[in-house]
Order: sequence, then C-alpha cells, then structure tokens
Amino acid sequence: MSPRVQVYVIAALLALIGAGLTAYKHFELGFPLLPGEYRTVWTIEAKVGFDAEGGPVKAALTLPREQRNMEILGETFSSSGFGFYIARENDEYRAIWTRRSAEGAQSLFYQLDVYQTPGAALEQPLNLSTEVQKPFLGAREQEAVRLAINSLVQQARERSSDVESFTTQLLFELNDDGNQDRNLVFRHYADSSLVDVALLMLATADIPAHRIRGLYLEDDRRRLTPEDLLEVYDGRRWIVFEPNSGMPGVPENFFIWQRGGKSLLDLEGGRNSQVTFSVIANDVPARDVSMRSTSQDKEALVDFSIYSLPIEQQSIFKLILLVPVGALVVVLLRVFVGLRTSGTFMPVLLAIAFIETQLITGLSIFVLILVLGLWVRFYLSRLNLLLVSRIAAVVVTVVLIMGMISVVSFKLGIEQALTVTFFPMIILAWTIERMSIVWEEDGPYEVIVQAGGSLLVAVLAWWVMTNRYVEHWTFNFPELLLVLLGFILVIGNYTGYRLSELMRFRPLVR
Amino acid sequence: MLHFSFKHMINKVRGGVVSPLTLNDIGVLGMNARNINYIARYNDRKKYPIVDDKLNTKHAAKKAGIPVPELIEAFETPASRKRVMEVIDPLWQFVIKPARGSGGKGILVIAGRNGDKYKKISGSEIEALDILRHVNNIHSGLYSLGGKPDRVMVESLVDFDPVFQSYSFEGVPDIRVIVFRGFPVMAMLRCSTHDSDGKANLHQGAVGVGIDLATGNSCHAVQRGLRINRHPDTEVHFDQLKVPGWYDLVRLAASCYEMTDLGYLGCDIVLDRARGPLLLEANARPGLAIQVANGVGLRRRLKFIEELDEDMLNKNVDERVAFSMREFAADKGF
Repeated sequence: MSPRVQVYVIAALLALIGAGLTAYKHFELGFPLLPGEYRTVWTIEAKVGFDAEGGPVKAALTLPREQRNMEILGETFSSSGFGFYIARENDEYRAIWTRRSAEGAQSLFYQLDVYQTPGAALEQPLNLSTEVQKPFLGAREQEAVRLAINSLVQQARERSSDVESFTTQLLFELNDDGNQDRNLVFRHYADSSLVDVALLMLATADIPAHRIRGLYLEDDRRRLTPEDLLEVYDGRRWIVFEPNSGMPGVPENFFIWQRGGKSLLDLEGGRNSQVTFSVIANDVPARDVSMRSTSQDKEALVDFSIYSLPIEQQSIFKLILLVPVGALVVVLLRVFVGLRTSGTFMPVLLAIAFIETQLITGLSIFVLILVLGLWVRFYLSRLNLLLVSRIAAVVVTVVLIMGMISVVSFKLGIEQALTVTFFPMIILAWTIERMSIVWEEDGPYEVIVQAGGSLLVAVLAWWVMTNRYVEHWTFNFPELLLVLLGFILVIGNYTGYRLSELMRFRPLVR
Repeated sequence: MLHFSFKHMINKVRGGVVSPLTLNDIGVLGMNARNINYIARYNDRKKYPIVDDKLNTKHAAKKAGIPVPELIEAFETPASRKRVMEVIDPLWQFVIKPARGSGGKGILVIAGRNGDKYKKISGSEIEALDILRHVNNIHSGLYSLGGKPDRVMVESLVDFDPVFQSYSFEGVPDIRVIVFRGFPVMAMLRCSTHDSDGKANLHQGAVGVGIDLATGNSCHAVQRGLRINRHPDTEVHFDQLKVPGWYDLVRLAASCYEMTDLGYLGCDIVLDRARGPLLLEANARPGLAIQVANGVGLRRRLKFIEELDEDMLNKNVDERVAFSMREFAADKGF
C-alpha cells in the first residue's frame, strides 16, 4: 500500500471509531449531542451556629433523607477543629460534630446539591410510627382552653367525612382570624406555631400526625429558617398538608429535610443554637447532572475517561482538549491559506491565553508586552550578551512588564488586566527575540506581517475554540479527536494550491 | 520601508486572485505539492545534513571536486575574543556565516577596512566588538533552525565577476539552479536592489531574472511579482544579460546531485572573476519564486523528468546537462 492510501485508510478508520464512540455515548449513555440543555441544581447550605460553653461539645444535625423527586448530587461538610461522622439512628441520618472543648461562637456547615426530578415527592408505604400520644390537657390548662380545643375538633369532625377532610377543615378553622375559639387557643400557646397547634388538635382527635421540616427552594435565599408541613395518617396512608392553605400534597419546590422524628438539631455543651439555611440555584449542563447522578453505575466508557478525574483536573483538560482544535485551525490556515506566523503553534498558545483574558484585553496586553519587550530587547542587543542570558533577560523583563500591568491596572480599577498571568511567558520572550531578529534582518514590515499573521491566526483559533459547540463536543466527546486526527492526516496529503499562491503566481498567467 | 510595503500590498490586492484551475493548466508547482510530491519523495532525510550545514557542504564539495569559496577558518566551539581577532585581523575582506543559517540569515560580509573599523558591503562601518558579538550570536544558535548551537565559518569574500555589476545594487547576484534527479530544470539570477536593501531575496524586493537553460541568456525578469525590462536602480536592460561560462555553471549544478544524493535540489552559485562558478550553498527545500522569475511553471518539467526511463536517469553529468539544455530551452515553451 502506498503511503497515500495508508493515510486514507487510517484516517477513515480513526473517523469511524471516533464517530462510533460518539454515537454510542449519545444514544446509549444519553450524553446530549448539542450544548444548552441546562438543569437547575440547588445548593443548600445549613449553618449550625451556637455559643460553646467551654466544655465538650456535641452537635447532631438531622440530614435529609432521600426524597423521591429530589436527587442528592453531592454533600460537603465543613467544621474546622471538630471531629465529624455520620450516624444512622432510627431510620435517620445525623451529622455529628464533636469536640473536646470549645468556647465562643461556633459555626458548622453542611452543604448539599440537589436536583429536582419529576415524580411524586414521597414514598407511600412508610414505616413511621402511627402511635398517638394523647395530649394531657390537665389542670394546668385552663378550662376555657380545653373547651375551645374540643369545640374546634368537634366542629371539624362534624363538617368532615374522613381524616383528609377533617384535617382540611381543622386547618381552615385554625387560619380563620374571626374564630373566637381559635384566638383563645393561640393566645394560650403564644410560643407555638400553627403546626404545633394543629398537631395538638390532631392528637386530641386521636389521629396520628407529625411534622415535616423542609425548605422552599427559591434562588438566592439567605438565613432561612425551616418551614413545617403537616403529615397525617388516615389509616392506610400518609397525607401531607400545607398548613396555611390547608391543601393536601407536598408543594412544588419544597425540599423535605426531616420527616417526623425528633428535633432538627441536638446540642450538648452549647447555648443559643440555631440552624439557618441558604439556597442558591445553579444552572448546570444536563450532562453534568447525568454524570453525577449515575455515579453509582458508571459505564466503562465513562469510568475510563476524563470524567473520572477530579473536577479541577477536568477543567484543565477542558483547555487541553481545545488545543487540537487550535492546531487544526493553524493547519488549515497554513495549508489552505498560506499565512505566515511567527512560530508554528505559538498562535494556539496565544489563543488559549485569550480564552482566559477575553479577546480585547488579551490583544491589547499582547501588543503592549510585545512593543515594550522589543524596545528592551533592542537595548539588550547592544550589551553583547550571550543568547541564553539575553533571552532569560527578556523573560525577566516580560515578567516585570506583566507584574506592572497587573498592579497599575488594579490600581486603576481595570480588573480584567489581572488576567495577564495567563500569557505564556517563555513563549512571549522567544517571540520577542525572534521578532527582533526579523526586524534586524528583514525590516519592520516583515515584523508587522508576521506578528499580524500570528495574531490573526490566534484570533481565529480563539474564535473557533470558544465556540459553544466546539467546547461542548471536545469536552463531552473527546473521541471526536480521532475524527479530527483523521482529518488532519488527510489535509497532510493536500497537494493543491494555497490561497496566497493564487495571488503569488498570478504573474505567471498571461 | 513602510511606503514600499504599502505599494506592495496595493499590488497584491490589485493583482487579485487567479483560478487554481488556470494555475494547474500552466503547470505551476504549489508549496504543498512541492513538499509532498518532490521534497518528501525524492529527498532522503538522512542526506539533509550535507546541505543544511554549510561546513558539511563545503567538505562534500571538496571531495567531489566542486569549487567553493575558500574557507579560512571554522570555529566549531565558542571562540575566545583573541582567537577570532587572530583570524580576522590579517584579512582585508571576509564573510562570516553560520553553518546552519536558514534563508541567508546571519551572513556578515566585510568588504574592506577603515583603520580599526570594518566596512560592510553596504558601506556602513562596524567595530571589532560588533563582529565578536555576531560570532557569539551565531554560536548561541540565533540564526539556526530551532535555536541549536551553531558553528561559525569565516570565508574569503568571492572576487565577483564584474559581468553582473550593472545588474545589481549594493549586493552580490547569485544564480539559483533547480536540479531534479540530476537534471537541471530551471535557473534564475537574483539581483539585489535598493528596494531589497542589498539582499537577494525576491520577497524583499530583489529582481528575479529567469535564465534560459540552453544559452545562459536572460529570458524574463520580475520584481515584486511584476514583469520588468530594466533594473530599477541601474536602469540597464536585462535582454543584454548573458551569463558567461554558462555550460560550466550548469554542469557544476548538475554534479551536486552526485555530491548530495538529493533528488530535488536548489544550488546557489556565484561567479568568481578568476575561478569561475563556485557553489555557495545547496538547498534541500528550494523556494518556488524561480517560477515567477522565469514566467514558467516547474511541474511539467519535473513530470517530464519523472517519466524518463531508468537508462536516462543513470546517465553521467555531461549527458544530463546536454539533455536539459536541449529539452528545457526557453523557446521550446516548456
């Protein structure tokens, strides 16, 4: 087989493998082929704050159970100086922070990411105690209060046919300001919330019930306190009620933290404890969500890929995977157009810097460094230095210029210029050195041609590399690089004319 | 400088673009086709060091009996000031070159002395310190590909044949011959101009004069892509130009094939007043400007050679030169 045929065969094979893997990932593993499918992921942070009394401290926070329509994508705990573990007791998960001695204000954090899926909120056959503890409305309670409670229960019972309608009626009465009995009860239980009172009444009526603690997921909420729902047992199943409206069912966007059970927070060795929550909504690509939620049953293809790396390395790879695309742009521009650049792949490095700095800032910083660097370099050339020291001197100069740009622009309030650090210093120094040689040997015109050519290629590469689709495909389907490799191999066989040659050889056409 | 570049750019834009089909029809060789079909196919990588390093070229040429400019001294390792001065002090004229410089970079020509000062060919004067720095730069690899450490050559200045005096401004004209599988296929004379700053690079504004392989007469001349009849500075007509000793020059070029074993080769030759043609350097990746200078595409000639049978390809130098001169004469319209 001639080399040419080999190239085509290899290129076709590579393209086939790449396209096949891509298709498999899309159809079988559900990776979106197009970018832009975003899902809302809620980040909820619980902050446990208290004043420690100096002795041993133990704080136990109830953690959310798995809610059926909320998928927990990840959890983090932070607590400096505290020992930490998760304990499972009575069907509940509790985060327990411990410390031998602590004094003063303490803050413990628990953060989790959840993603809302369609479906019912709660699993029905629930193994929760249906035991009812009859409230003891004894001598301590005033006669009037006892009568008011009984009257309210009686009224609701008369107007209802079953547990569900009874609860609705009861909540309706408890929300009615004009009801004398209700006002009397609330005045007596001044410290109690609506749900507390409702629970009391339900217990009086011999109906099993408990509270549900949770949060309404709304973007950018801080210092939230948990909200309560009411859940009652009608003999066969549990029904959830929103206490203020009396409507059955879990409200949309409600995240259930704790269902029944005991307190949210237990603290030993501290005072003034409180749990506050904050909620933030993040729009996360659909792919990330599916990656994170299927982390249990990973496919081999996913397991041995970039996704198995830590997030930080992944983001580095996001850039690295763009380099072949930049290289392709350079190949296209050199083979088909015939642009002259300073250093074959220097424009790709520039383009990567532009990705970090944004285009306009990047361009101005590059030109500024190049001009200042050339100026210094011309002076250095008069000092009779050895080449290596001279380039090293230019490197130092470039670093100084970069530092200066950062500091001056920061003082001026132009924070974008701080991204100057993304420029590849050594490459810049070599570019300056090479440009100054070109200047001496071929004149400033050639410098402008080459610098302009490099910048043009860099800008085009930047433009392609920041394309939404290109970014999406390179990162989610790295196997497409095989297709790209095949394409580059085929281009390597191109023997046709370059665009620039169509101008260059024009005089030959008579 | 900026003024000229402006004109140059306007020319380019006005020149516009021609159809690739037309170029293909007239047999113009493009850069991509040259790289794949000729350089990669006929030039063995292992042989590159012979041409890429001018010191190697010189030794190989000596062995093959090809005349070259006289080598005075080569500094293989970084040379001390004393040693460089020792070498250049007794010299009135000399050339300092990097052994592996590309595109004529780093060549310093000293045409005379003025007291302690050294006169460059353009007339400007430099000091011994500048020469030392230049030697230093060459050693550090400033002019070599990839910045590799380089060797320095000190050569005697060629005593140029005055025949081209009126066709060159400030510089030295040299003749480039493309040799394909031992057959010279095309030749041009490169004349420096005021515009090109004494340099013989066509893209810097030097004049490219196509030379008829059969006779050594000029057949076409081009500056910055435009056809001209007279040298822009000296105003001398090119149709009177004839290279003396043309057969010897072409023969020298053709014999470089045996010396280098490279199938696609560009030979740069200068004419010495006394010694005749001298091989300045050989090039494994010769440029394509020669087509513009001749107003003729290279590809048909190369194809013609490629289609020759084994017998023809094994002919000796004289037979090959005679064949080329016969077949590639300008009036044949190849």
